Amino acid sequence: MGKLKVALYWASSCGGCDIATLAIGEKILDVAAAADIVFWPVAMDFKYKDVEQMAEQSIDACLFNGAIRSTEDEHVAKMLRSKSKIMIAYGSCAYEGCIPGLANLFSMKSVLERVYVDTPSTDNEARVYPQAKVKVPEGELELPRLYSTVRALHQVVDVDYFVPGCPPEPKTTWLALEALVTGALPEKGSVISHSNKALCEECPLPKEGKKVKKFYRPHQIIPDPKKCLLDQGLLCYGVATRGGCGAMCPQGGMPCTGCYGPVEGVVDQGTHFLAALGSLIDSVDPEEIQRIADEIVDPAGRFYRYSLPVSLLRRARTA
Amino acid sequence: MNRFEPKIVVFNCNWCSYAGADLAGTSRIQYAPNIRIIRVMCSGRVEPYFILEALQAGADGVLVLGCHPGECHYLEGNYRTVARMALLKNMLAQFGIEADRVRLDWVSASEGVRFAGIVNQVTEAVRALGPFQREETTEEVAHG
Amino acid sequence: MRKIMIDPITRLEGHGKIAIFLDEEGEVANAYVQIPELRGFEKFCEGRLAEDMPQITQRICGVCPEAHHLASTKALDNVFQVEPTSTARKIRELLYSAFFVTDHTTHFYILAGPDFIMGPEAPPSERNILGVIGKVGIELGKRVIQTRQKNHWVIQTLGGRGIHPVFGLPGGVSKAVSEEDRKSIEEIAGQGVEFARLSLKIFDDLILQNKEYLDMVLSDAYTNRTYYMGLVDENNRVNFYDGKVRVVDPQGKEFAKYAPSEYLEHLSERVEPWTYLKFPYLKKVGWNGFTDGEKSGIYRATPLSRLNAADGMATPLAQEEYERMYTTLGGKPVHHTLATHWARLIELLYAAERMLELSKDPEITDPNIRTIPTETPHEGVGIVEAPRGTLTHHYITDEKGIMKKCNLIVGTTNNYAAINLTVKKAAQGVIHKGKEITEGLLNRIELAWRAYDPCMGCATHKLPGELPVEVELYDADGHIIDSSSRFR
Repeated sequence: MGKLKVALYWASSCGGCDIATLAIGEKILDVAAAADIVFWPVAMDFKYKDVEQMAEQSIDACLFNGAIRSTEDEHVAKMLRSKSKIMIAYGSCAYEGCIPGLANLFSMKSVLERVYVDTPSTDNEARVYPQAKVKVPEGELELPRLYSTVRALHQVVDVDYFVPGCPPEPKTTWLALEALVTGALPEKGSVISHSNKALCEECPLPKEGKKVKKFYRPHQIIPDPKKCLLDQGLLCYGVATRGGCGAMCPQGGMPCTGCYGPVEGVVDQGTHFLAALGSLIDSVDPEEIQRIADEIVDPAGRFYRYSLPVSLLRRARTA
Repeated sequence: MNRFEPKIVVFNCNWCSYAGADLAGTSRIQYAPNIRIIRVMCSGRVEPYFILEALQAGADGVLVLGCHPGECHYLEGNYRTVARMALLKNMLAQFGIEADRVRLDWVSASEGVRFAGIVNQVTEAVRALGPFQREETTEEVAHG
Repeated sequence: MRKIMIDPITRLEGHGKIAIFLDEEGEVANAYVQIPELRGFEKFCEGRLAEDMPQITQRICGVCPEAHHLASTKALDNVFQVEPTSTARKIRELLYSAFFVTDHTTHFYILAGPDFIMGPEAPPSERNILGVIGKVGIELGKRVIQTRQKNHWVIQTLGGRGIHPVFGLPGGVSKAVSEEDRKSIEEIAGQGVEFARLSLKIFDDLILQNKEYLDMVLSDAYTNRTYYMGLVDENNRVNFYDGKVRVVDPQGKEFAKYAPSEYLEHLSERVEPWTYLKFPYLKKVGWNGFTDGEKSGIYRATPLSRLNAADGMATPLAQEEYERMYTTLGGKPVHHTLATHWARLIELLYAAERMLELSKDPEITDPNIRTIPTETPHEGVGIVEAPRGTLTHHYITDEKGIMKKCNLIVGTTNNYAAINLTVKKAAQGVIHKGKEITEGLLNRIELAWRAYDPCMGCATHKLPGELPVEVELYDADGHIIDSSSRFR
């Protein structure tokens, strides 16, 4: 059996997932021994035209990171899908939309207006906006167009596996790469992680399972770093987040924010966390309950920070 | 003229509000025919995502009815509901979803009239708002 | 006119493409560097909690999340009007120094270095980290990988995660440093200093002692005379974490010096319809088109800019190297874009020295790492030097600390106008009528922008080293009349 052909691509992403691929350290040499990278625009010299010329299904696996924001993102996703036997949504952007997905709380019009006209340092009285086709003195220039709604990869192409995390921790990356290289892949559609349960299961901070009378924002208190952060009133998302990352953030003194996506079987991560919080509020007085709930500000941004495009509502309803 | 007829999904808890709805029926009380009732054992069973799923599946409004606070058959179930609905409604505001589309209220087994009254109120409030916007727009945006 | 497209540019953080127009004579009329992406952070941060901003904004870049995290955290200090504890400040700067060591190492050895170490016209198959290792030895290759890994461990230990740390809070950081970890960090910092000195020696041996390379660095094709910007401390020395922004004019004279809260008096951003990225320029000079010189508000914020804008380096070994560079290149300021690589290595040395200083500071293990804010939050600006340039975060919140407005001027964005100047000038220097488009020609254009933008590196040993570029020549009817590609 010859070497595997692997492609990597980034759509609307931050580059963290490409760095994360390298964070497996020397294990990358094991991968290089078993696979040839045939396309990786961020680091290698292959072009879109190269991929276009490849035969259908000639790439064994494509690790695709980044959300689908523009016509170029979608075009490349579809092209790579047709050329690849296995398509892997690598990282939270491809899996669930991630941070770029927060733009779904706004209309595209308002985004463009803010970026190109309203920002205080921008000097654009003529209200010039980027255009798909522009005539310049020497000729014509083109830009890809932007979609009004950010989407995850499986919302535009069929995806075989998902690797969660923003970015995936090295051991999660290795789990996926090892499965690829050895051929021991799980059932199609699986999310590849060491855990299918909530993060609490693997978080080493001792838990008492307390109910909470007051929720705090992280800068308002100095928590005991050796105790469960949720018990102390910090909004730790670990109760509604898939484990497998090793609970790095709670051990760094900050609550989990949910980047590994929903626990196995959960349809909408945001409301799952919301429901859990509802159970934790320590009161039997409806007015007091309402007051405590009102203290949790920006629920949409906190509960759907990474998963808005794949949530049940997908986006805000805007004019 | 075609009047918009909203579809309202109602979650009724088995012990109080479902019995109340039953009573409205056996008492021959007239009320808006726009509702579809789903019986749950307790209003605390209503996971917030049921409400979103209902809206995305075709409902224009959702009504959750439980026992009055202090009367829950399972003692504290409806307090969970209060908490979850409070959080949910705050969140829906950020999504631009009108507050009147989702409502939590209390109906006891003996309150057939009250059940009918709440149903009528909710139906009219949602009728005034129009259909729930469930399609997402993804078409390419022209700039400028 | 005929249009040549280079699409996509690669070994770049982000997406980009270049359009080069040739006139009837076959000379370059103009070149446009287009950025085809937009995510909209400046809008979707509205409504978010202020203290969530360090973690949200660092997803602007997964290569330099530490820069955004700290600019954001500093903005929050100002928003909440709270002073971080002395220890917290030092922990932040310690993490940041370790980050600079990893980032500058990656860029020099894996991305841009091969062009110099192997040569701009070296065979593409050798012009990469493998070729570098072949030329300077496997031991060095291992040291490169280890330097990255060890400093990444430092970032994870101090910041919670290796990529996208979580420790920044208004008034401090979330995790204290144990004595055990401090010892390891001190050791790693010492190794970093040695590695930086070695890197400078390599630069000297292979590049500065090579007349052909020196001539290339000093040539006009790779020179632009612009304003320069960088953060300086109270002694006008380069500081990555804190200080005031200093701008010098093309003669090297101080043109402006401002505190973060004053940035709007000095910077404006211009919009062009052919790209999604905006062009910052100096407000007080004004926009005069894509030109350089004193009358153009175009400025640069790169490692070289930082050294140009400062009076020196704050650590002794780096200061020696700083003086040596300017003596060699004929005084301050240096306008030769390719000298950025030298400046970057001097910064690498400074970062490692600074890391060593901080790791030995007895205060670094103090448990007092947080001040709880008590004031009503309102507005704040935080500025740090990202490896690629001055990074500005500006937040306005309501009285609960919920974001109302967000404005960002990001590292490479500062240089976007200058990158266009540089690429055009380089293209004009290498593409001429009647000249065949060769692989070497293509690389000489790439050299130009690569000096500005350290992008993600690849630590595999299979880097082929050639920039995937395809150049197609179309006549006026749109038929291809010539093409050259370099991707196997």
